[in-house]
Amino acid sequence: MTTANNLVQGLLLGGLYAMFATGLSLMFGVMRLVNLAHGDFAILAAFLALVIVDGTGLHPLLTLAVAVPAMFLLGYLLQRGLLNFTVGGDGLAPVLVTFGLSIILQNVLLEVFSADSRGLDAGAIEDTSLALGRLNVGWFPLLTLVTGAAVLGGLQLLLARTQLGRALRATSDDPEAAQLVGVDHRHAFAMATGLALATVAIAGIFLGIRTTFSPALGPTRLIFAFEAVIIGGLGSLWGTLAGGMVLGVAQTLGAQISPGWGVLTGHLVFLAVLAFRPSGLFGKPVTT
Amino acid sequence: MTTLDPDRADPSQVDRAASGAAAAGPPGRVEVERATTASRVGAMLALVAVAVFGTAPLWARTSVLRTLIGFFTLLALATMWNLLAGYAGLVSIGQQAYIGVGAYALYWLSDSVGLDPFVAVPLAALGAAVIAVPIAVLAFRLRGGYFAIGTWVIAEALRLLVANTSQLGGGSGVTITAVSGYDRQARVYLTYWLAFVVGVGAVALTYLLLRRRLGLALTANRDSETGARSLGVDVYRAKLLVYVVAAFGCALAGAVIYLNLLRIQPDAAFSVNWSAFMIFIVVIGGVGTIEGPILGTVLFVVVQETLAQYGAWYLILLGLIAVAVALRARHGLWGVVAERTGISLFPVRRRLKLPAPALGGSR
Repeated sequence: MTTANNLVQGLLLGGLYAMFATGLSLMFGVMRLVNLAHGDFAILAAFLALVIVDGTGLHPLLTLAVAVPAMFLLGYLLQRGLLNFTVGGDGLAPVLVTFGLSIILQNVLLEVFSADSRGLDAGAIEDTSLALGRLNVGWFPLLTLVTGAAVLGGLQLLLARTQLGRALRATSDDPEAAQLVGVDHRHAFAMATGLALATVAIAGIFLGIRTTFSPALGPTRLIFAFEAVIIGGLGSLWGTLAGGMVLGVAQTLGAQISPGWGVLTGHLVFLAVLAFRPSGLFGKPVTT
Repeated sequence: MTTLDPDRADPSQVDRAASGAAAAGPPGRVEVERATTASRVGAMLALVAVAVFGTAPLWARTSVLRTLIGFFTLLALATMWNLLAGYAGLVSIGQQAYIGVGAYALYWLSDSVGLDPFVAVPLAALGAAVIAVPIAVLAFRLRGGYFAIGTWVIAEALRLLVANTSQLGGGSGVTITAVSGYDRQARVYLTYWLAFVVGVGAVALTYLLLRRRLGLALTANRDSETGARSLGVDVYRAKLLVYVVAAFGCALAGAVIYLNLLRIQPDAAFSVNWSAFMIFIVVIGGVGTIEGPILGTVLFVVVQETLAQYGAWYLILLGLIAVAVALRARHGLWGVVAERTGISLFPVRRRLKLPAPALGGSR
């Protein structure tokens, strides 16, 4: 029964990882830019929520209403003011600049908030669960999975149906041709980064409610997001959700064998996918 | 203008320059310049520096020697990262994997197997080079930014493997006790000389490698991968060689670092901060130049020592500088110096010298 419970826990955890991965995937898809500070922005959002909760007494889930738009704006400005200057060129600059940002963010958070672990208290929803036969499914992990699926679905709709989505897809295919038909690629790139940071802000705040967090936690979140993307297969949003679930299950089952083996089992599954199915479990074969 | 610079030109021209050198041409025809006045001055300066720092135990206090051990091991790490990213286009954030492997292999070979620790250092690095081959095969399936994160995941996996192995001390780490047979002073001197050889050796090895065929292959590949492949350059092999050399160098530096510290903990030895140090040094000093990492390491150590009492702020400051340099001066501070003055102390490029009339006639 423990195994079945852990399996369900792992699947639900996949929803959180998918939320982390969405923005990473979106930025790579639209402008071939891998944001190495992605995880640190999630932690920044969690600290932002913490400051709001401490200052106003708001429920952590309600801080989303402030933190998500704020992170969207930060992402937009970050892309226009900084990252747009790294796109194109020899491919070295984006990695160096976003890695530099990651180290700066981590250490600024460390100096401001100290290395202590913090948490967001969401009250009763954290402790109550739904009994399904002999399985116990926590309401909050369930809410996380539903939110993760909603974020992915919303992004999918936005890309498929809206003017902005068309502009993003056109820029992804060919930024110069997109410019010829009137798409401002600098604006399109900035909207993509804005959306990426908005989604990762949701992920960061859910993480903060689910568990404790500290300034140094960003890089592992980046790594989990990346593993979900690669396991699921590049360029497939629902594949990313499935990849997140595979990672979540690997971690919870690994931890069941021995507590120290949880995250390591996730890494090993990722390396196995890279070795035997480099295009991912659900992705199209890589052609580029 | 009587010189053409093939460094930025297309690979076919680089190739012609090389064949010109092989044929050695009739007198007054094409010549390939591989050394300049500045590079001869550079060689002299390098010799003086080697003489001064090679004899440091004679004139320096132990505390200075310890700072210099830090300097030379960082120089080796930065030079290896520069070889990877600046010449082979492999932006790794996972070189700490080899620092950790080098450190733990040193512990295992000296404390468990019973070898002399100073003999164990190069063997530990060889072990890391062997491990690097299958790792490269996996990591090379990813490109650009994803390659960067992939190498990081591999370093994390190794950290967790070590932390879960009780024979290697688990999460709390191990202490190298095999050095207790050495006198304290002798140990510092020997460690210093080892660090000195590793630092200077890394720069010399990179310089020599890049002046050979490998340098041409990498330059051609950097300018156009398709062009290089069509000329028969085995790009995969060149990159694999660079990756294994860099793993060896980082493991060597890692083993020396922990021979100095003696206490190895997985979280510290496999810390991504090592990559941050390498990247900041190389980016600020000048990526893709031999001189850049040297200049960058000097600046890094000065900033680190000056701001030592202010916690993590030195890393924030260096990060800000690195971001600014990556955006504004692609070849770093040394690139700015070289552009203004045309000086290259350690030239790896081949300059094609054409006689003036021939050039005039073709225009």
